[in-house]
Amino acid sequence: MSDFFDALDTAARLIARLDPELRDIIVLSLAVSLTASVCAFLIGAPLGTALAVYRFRGRGALIVIANALLGLPPVVVGLAVYLLLSRSGPLGSLGILFTPTAMIIAQAMLGAPIVVALVHRMMVDVWAAYGDALLVDGASRLRAMAPIMSIGREALLTAFLAAFGRAIAEVGAIIIVGGNIRGYTRTMTTAIALETSKGDLSFALALGIILVILSMIVSASTLLVGRSLTIR
Amino acid sequence: MNRGPMKMPAFAALVATALLLGGQAVAQDKSIVVASTTSTQDSGLFGYLLPIVEQKLGITVKVLAQGTGQALDTARRGDADVVWVHARSAEEKFLAEGWGVKRYPVMYNDFVLIGPKGDPAGIKGTDIVAALQAIKAGTAGFVSRGDRSGTHIAELALWKEAGVDIGHDRGPWYKEIGQGMGAALNIASATNAYVLSDRATWLAFKNRRDLAILVEGDKRLFNQYGVMLVNPARHPTVKKDLGQQFIDWLISPDGQRAISGYTIDGRQLFYPNANDPDA
Repeated sequence: MSDFFDALDTAARLIARLDPELRDIIVLSLAVSLTASVCAFLIGAPLGTALAVYRFRGRGALIVIANALLGLPPVVVGLAVYLLLSRSGPLGSLGILFTPTAMIIAQAMLGAPIVVALVHRMMVDVWAAYGDALLVDGASRLRAMAPIMSIGREALLTAFLAAFGRAIAEVGAIIIVGGNIRGYTRTMTTAIALETSKGDLSFALALGIILVILSMIVSASTLLVGRSLTIR
Repeated sequence: MNRGPMKMPAFAALVATALLLGGQAVAQDKSIVVASTTSTQDSGLFGYLLPIVEQKLGITVKVLAQGTGQALDTARRGDADVVWVHARSAEEKFLAEGWGVKRYPVMYNDFVLIGPKGDPAGIKGTDIVAALQAIKAGTAGFVSRGDRSGTHIAELALWKEAGVDIGHDRGPWYKEIGQGMGAALNIASATNAYVLSDRATWLAFKNRRDLAILVEGDKRLFNQYGVMLVNPARHPTVKKDLGQQFIDWLISPDGQRAISGYTIDGRQLFYPNANDPDA
C-alpha cells in the first residue's frame, strides 16, 4: 500500500508546486483532447442526428458501422494515422507527423464514432416524440434537424463528454503519432507510460491521480455550463 | 442553428489550441527530429544534454525514444533527420542500403546482466557465456526485449556466442516481451528473472526491488553508440544542415566533454569515443 500513499503524497506536492514542465504537459493534454473531441462532435453530432431523422438505404449499415467502431483500438488508429502522415505516406508532404496536430487527428477519429453512435441512439427517441409534429408543421427533415438537436442538447453534451473521456484517457494512438517528444508532444498519458518504463511507479501513479482530477474538473464544468444553458 | 451548450467549450478549446500550436510553431523554428533508443532517454542523458545543445547551437532537438530497430525504420520512412542508436551491424546495413550518409561513433558504455540477488542459477561473477548457459540450464526465467532494439540484437549475439540456439532452445523460461528496456526491467523485477540491460538505464531505474548486477566487465558486453544523418538524397525533407551541425557538435571536444559530464550519484554513464576510428 505504501506505493499508493507515496503516489498521493507526490501528487499533492506536484500540484502545490505547479512545476512548469508539468503545467505544459497538462495544457497540451487538455488542448489536444478538447480540440479532438470538439472536432469529433462537429462531425459526429450532425451525422448521428441525420441517422435518426432520415430514412434511406444503407442507413442500417451505417448505424452498425458506427456502433462497431466504438471498439476501435487506439493503437490501430495510431498506426493508420502514422502511415498516412509519414513522409513516405500519402499525406507525408504535410509534415505533421510527430506534432500535436497529428495527435488531434488520431483522437478525433477515435471520438467521432462514439458521438455518432450515442447521438443517434438518443436522437431516435427525440425524433419519435417530436418528429411527426415538426414534419406536419411543414418543416423539411433538414430544417427539422436544428430543433431536434436543440431539444436533445443534453444528449449532445453526454456524447461530447464521452468523446472527451475517450480522448483524454487514451495513450495508444498519440504515443505513436506524437512520439512522446519532451516539451512538444508529451501529454499526461504518454508521460505516465514513460515514468512507468523508468520504474518510477509512484511518480507515474501521481501523474495518473492528477489526470483523473483534471478529467473530473472538465466533465463537471462542462455539465454545469450545459445545465445553466438548459435552464435559461 | 442552436447548438446550445457546445459553443463555449468548443470556442475555448480552439483558441487554446491555436495559441499553443502557434506559439510552438515559432519556438520550434530551428528544430530537428532525432530517432534514438530508449536507453538514451530513460537514462536521463537527453534531459541533461539537449538543453546544452539548445543553448550552444540554438537547435531544438525533438527526440523519439524507440529502440534501435524502430528508430532506423522511422528514419527509412523519412520521419527523422538524425538517428542515434547502438547496434553497429544494423547501422552498417542502414548505411549500405543508402538510408544514411555517414556513421560517426559517439560514445560507449556496457551491458550488464541483471538478476535476483538470490541468484538461483549461480552466475554471479562468471563470464557472460557461462552465465547464459547456466540460465538456460536452470529454472529461473530470462526476460528478452524481443523488439529488435540494440540491446535485443546484442542479447541474441551473446546467446549465439554461448552456443545456445535461442530459436530452437527457447522454452517457457524465455519471456520475449517486445517492449522497451524499462518495461523489461519492471517485468524482471516483478518475476525475479534475469535480464540483459544497458548500464545507463539500469543506473537510472527506480523499481529494482530484489534485482542486482550479477555479471559485468566482460569485454563482450561492450555497447557502442553511433550517430548518422538520414540521407537527404533519399528524403529531401531531411534538415541536413541542422542535423549535421548537431552531429558535428556531438563529436567535437565540446560535445564529447558534455557527454562525459553526465553522471548519476557521481557515476559516469557514457564514455565519449568519437576519436576511435574502429568504434
